Amino acid sequence: MSGSEPEIQAITADEDVVRVRQLIRKVAVAAKLSLVDQTKLVTAASELARNTLVYGGGGQATVEIVNNGRRAGVRAVFADDGPGIPDLALALSDGYTSGGGLGLGLGGARRLVDEFDIRTAVSEGTRITVTKWAR
Amino acid sequence: MDRVPILKIGEILLISIQVDLEDQTAIQLQEDIADRIVSTGAHGVVIDITALDIVDSFVGRMLSSIASISRVLDAETVVVGMRPAVAITLVELGLSLDGVRTALDVDRGMRILAEASAQRGVRVHADDEDAATEAAP
Repeated sequence: MSGSEPEIQAITADEDVVRVRQLIRKVAVAAKLSLVDQTKLVTAASELARNTLVYGGGGQATVEIVNNGRRAGVRAVFADDGPGIPDLALALSDGYTSGGGLGLGLGGARRLVDEFDIRTAVSEGTRITVTKWAR
Repeated sequence: MDRVPILKIGEILLISIQVDLEDQTAIQLQEDIADRIVSTGAHGVVIDITALDIVDSFVGRMLSSIASISRVLDAETVVVGMRPAVAITLVELGLSLDGVRTALDVDRGMRILAEASAQRGVRVHADDEDAATEAAP
């Protein structure tokens, strides 16, 4: 089984967060993730898409099926050209929030996926890549 | 933006969330429930999330706030119908839904509220008796 063509969803408004969730769900079903893994990935994507919108000032999500030779998985990239995250360790810690949230967004999303990569630079933007593998 | 309907059954408000919740819809729902509690004098709120395929930190926070707001307005909230995969994900995400009562389905949720309401009646009655006893001598 090979990968899939990446699908892109712009994140510029509230309803786009819902669209990202629906796209992730569709791709996760196609990659044959279990129901619990689908739910974890969609939940993580919801947190990350909201961050892209609220903190990044908008951006886009790119979603595709990937394959590491043994297993299929879903990879999603959340990218924005926003202000970036000045203190990454702090932003990843539970309970930290610069908005009105619970501070579970980034740290919580990281726990829900198998691979989590974050690149950010002040005033250049943030790019977060997450992967969830089928068991 | 969708708006979630609020039904009134006796002294209870029943909200069954059937849409994929946008953040604004969730905020609107919070305000609508507060308004309806006050306008109807309802003592209980049942929120059915059977149709929700995820609960993220935003919706989790909304459920906690609704429970707190209801309590301040003299109403009890029960969240019912959470899917197993959603429960597993919520816990891993780190959300504990503090202060939110839950039940497996609408029936059980209504029963919890009926019992709470009955106890409320007993308590009021006991207070009255205390007052009467104190006043007697």
